[in-house]
Amino acid sequence: MTTTTLSAEPAASPPAVPSERQLILRAFRQDKLAMLGVLVIVFFVLTSIFAPLLTPYPAQGAGAPNIIEKFKAPGAEHPLGTDYLGRDVLARIFYGGRSSLTTGFLVVFLAVLIGAPLGAIAGYFGGRVDDVIMRITDVFLSFPPLLLAIAIATALGSGFVNTMIAIAITWWPWYTRLVRAQTVSLRERYFIEAARSIGVPSFKIIATHILPNVLTPILVQGTMDLGSAILTGAAINFIGLGVQPPQADWGNMISQGRIYFMERPWFAGSAGVAIFLVVLSFNLIGDALRDAADPRTRRGEA
Amino acid sequence: MQRFEYLIKRFILAIVVILSVMVLTFFISRVLPSDPAAAWAGSHPTAEQIAIANQRLGLDQPLHVQFWRYFTSVLQGDLGTSLQTKQPIARDLRTYLPATMELVFCAMLLAVVVGIPLGVLSGAYKGSFFDHLTRLVSISGVSIPTFWLGLLLQLFFFSQLKILPLGSRISTATAINNPVTQLTGFYLIDTAVTGNWAAFKDTLLHLVLPACTLATYPVALAIRMTRSNIIEVLSEKYILAARITGLPRRTILFDLALKNAIIPTITVLGLSFAYSLTGDILIEIIYSWPGLGSYITGAVLAIDFPVIVSVTLFVTVIYVFINLILDLLQAMLDPRVSLE
Amino acid sequence: MSQALLSIENLSVRFKTYAGTIHAVNSMSFDVRPGEIFGLVGESGCGKSVTGLAVVRTLPGSGRISGGRILFHGEDLAAKSEAEMQAIRGRRIAMVFQDPTASLNPVFTIGQQIDHIIRHHTGDNHETARRKALEWFNAVALPDPQAVYDTYPHRLSGGMQQRVMIAMALCSGAELLIADEPTTALDVTIQAQILELLVKLRDQQGISILLITHNLGVVAETCERVAVAYAGQIVETGPTSAVLARRLHPYTEGLLAALPTAVQKGQTLQPIAGQVPDGLQPIAGCPFHPRCSKALPVCAQVNPALLPVEHADHLTACHLYTEAAA
Repeated sequence: MTTTTLSAEPAASPPAVPSERQLILRAFRQDKLAMLGVLVIVFFVLTSIFAPLLTPYPAQGAGAPNIIEKFKAPGAEHPLGTDYLGRDVLARIFYGGRSSLTTGFLVVFLAVLIGAPLGAIAGYFGGRVDDVIMRITDVFLSFPPLLLAIAIATALGSGFVNTMIAIAITWWPWYTRLVRAQTVSLRERYFIEAARSIGVPSFKIIATHILPNVLTPILVQGTMDLGSAILTGAAINFIGLGVQPPQADWGNMISQGRIYFMERPWFAGSAGVAIFLVVLSFNLIGDALRDAADPRTRRGEA
Repeated sequence: MQRFEYLIKRFILAIVVILSVMVLTFFISRVLPSDPAAAWAGSHPTAEQIAIANQRLGLDQPLHVQFWRYFTSVLQGDLGTSLQTKQPIARDLRTYLPATMELVFCAMLLAVVVGIPLGVLSGAYKGSFFDHLTRLVSISGVSIPTFWLGLLLQLFFFSQLKILPLGSRISTATAINNPVTQLTGFYLIDTAVTGNWAAFKDTLLHLVLPACTLATYPVALAIRMTRSNIIEVLSEKYILAARITGLPRRTILFDLALKNAIIPTITVLGLSFAYSLTGDILIEIIYSWPGLGSYITGAVLAIDFPVIVSVTLFVTVIYVFINLILDLLQAMLDPRVSLE
Repeated sequence: MSQALLSIENLSVRFKTYAGTIHAVNSMSFDVRPGEIFGLVGESGCGKSVTGLAVVRTLPGSGRISGGRILFHGEDLAAKSEAEMQAIRGRRIAMVFQDPTASLNPVFTIGQQIDHIIRHHTGDNHETARRKALEWFNAVALPDPQAVYDTYPHRLSGGMQQRVMIAMALCSGAELLIADEPTTALDVTIQAQILELLVKLRDQQGISILLITHNLGVVAETCERVAVAYAGQIVETGPTSAVLARRLHPYTEGLLAALPTAVQKGQTLQPIAGQVPDGLQPIAGCPFHPRCSKALPVCAQVNPALLPVEHADHLTACHLYTEAAA
């Protein structure tokens, strides 16, 4: 029987199969609620940034009192009414968003900045380094989350920046754990072995091979955490630490409006609605992103 | 024998963690503040008061000496004195702890009894109307600021409907006419045990709103996590294999998959406890609940440093132990966990 | 020709994904006769595992049977309801998979798991079910049935786990066993033992086995008849000896020539050029034609039908053998 000669006929080039990233985005866009969430977030971010231009009462938003107009119910001139110092509530919401949203974003950003590299180092090098880093992580994770943030915030003093630092300090361990777990499983993969065997220095391996591969889980976790970070920030502000009046923050707006709530709920009420909408949106986005990123849960039906 | 060794090992680890926690709280209290002596001397201290604080704290001493003094006094049960109440903090803690624990316990009970079953059903019938409804409710539950929700509930049930009280553990009328005998500090237990049914009913009414508000986040979280646990278990190959042997869906879900899902559920319990504990601080403010939460927030506002540090340490120790117990429970339930 | 026990007729299965529709199985036809061991052989991605899952109607996710029939004792399984299928699974048709560790529930003992199955199908009490289980453990040649019964899956070796899986699959009286790569995850020596076990069970109990594998050696040793699958279709089927000797279809020929054992020491290995299609882009004509060195112009246009060549029992889907090529 004649042997089959190798065919040198080139196959016709197939049309492009979508990349993993494209598949994730496609699946994500299918989730209508998540897309709605994106719109809501964009709305709040834009109104915070352009607050002075969007409201006819920029001074009040920033804190200037207007006592003669105090306690006005929502109406034509003030769509959300005025608060106990006569300030337009809608303006306060826009200005408050600056504090609340920035707190959320920066807390997660800082937590990732500190936590992710530590996790990669711990996971990659293993041994003593790993032990030390994980012990430290364990200690921080032993505290009930909010409590540690309160203690640190009190120690550092009130204020916007101190609050952010305090919360970020309680948050970074989660990212260390996450990245370490990912790194440990990546470390076993052959392409890492290959890089090491040709002499690529460790930190370069971490930077160019490991960190990009953990990007997706970090993004998913980070998005889900944004909502929680905003809630924690609001809680700290509510207690009295953090941003001090007359500067606006959705959390301190609720605490300021608390005593008037039974008769005049609109200023504490609006602030709560704002927090709820933003956090809900981030949670919806985070859920959709997580489901889209995992091939098992990515919905197959187009 | 293996199990016993594991127990000892975990216990020692917990001790090490607690020691580290003490070091960290010490660091926060002495090293972080810009002027520790001023912080420990109370608000608006005079120069003289600061000097006294300096000496009493031993701030002129090297750090490790300070820590040793702090460490030994904690071991002796001396957690310092509150700057506001001028009482030993340890005594304050004993007074306020039961109120907090009663609330936290109720919230956790709700999380387990309501959250877990809903999560199981939601995941088992994924894609159904019930599932969608439950998901909507649970995702709202983890998104809503609980302190704000408390205000809303007060507005509705107290101000509008007038069927539930605004706050506190019991009404002043009951405190005068049917006072609660202090046995455990858990009013529900104390009133039931002494047959004080008027006070029991009153206590219950006062517990409803705070417990439900506090339970919102843990219940919602429990639903979400249990749901994803069940879905993950149901997607495992051994469930497919079981299905192919002809076992009906109900048997697979309740006799098999449930046991697989119980193990990660312990994690759910742990997180429920964590969030109940932290959310409790905010709930106590809203409902004027005389527990550790009110105690610590009062301290925050007055910058009563000894209280803040001691409460943090105390609560963390409780937290570490509860987590230790849950860890061990998880290890005992999972036959795969090697106890070497 | 004896009446077929299982007859796959032009079966098509598709999956809808975000990358597009994947046609995992594309008009596949073969049959399994009573009491025989039938090999379904092909590389990864040829749709053989999907076919197995389709027979017991447990396709994952968005998989759907989009055409054809699955005749079992003359009844079309593809048309049955879930309730009807549940009565068939385990009792009439059973399945074992490649990875026995993943197929056993880690938090229950072996005994608890097989107990559930037996008691569901027969309503026996504990003692009777246990006795039957131990009998089956003996039948699958487990060295210490009692110990296996009381232990957790992770304590058993791969080979022992697979024996347990086979026992659990057959204990309800199934007459057809679908074995999807049952030995791939095991050591070579254990592989031989498991295959021996399957042949023995067929000889003693009269069960038919649909053996799904990518390993031609396994097929050569244990299967009376074989079907070679490529890109979701059958390209050649017939008695194993005939197929391996005659190698009618160029793909079959290429597969056998690519085996390391096919060349002498010092000669270069002979792979088949090109790649297995991924099921996303439909290929016009014969799916193998882009890689086939003997392709004719008609191969790019018309998908050849599976037709008998020489014997009624040896079929192949290739234009080389149809009238048009003559």
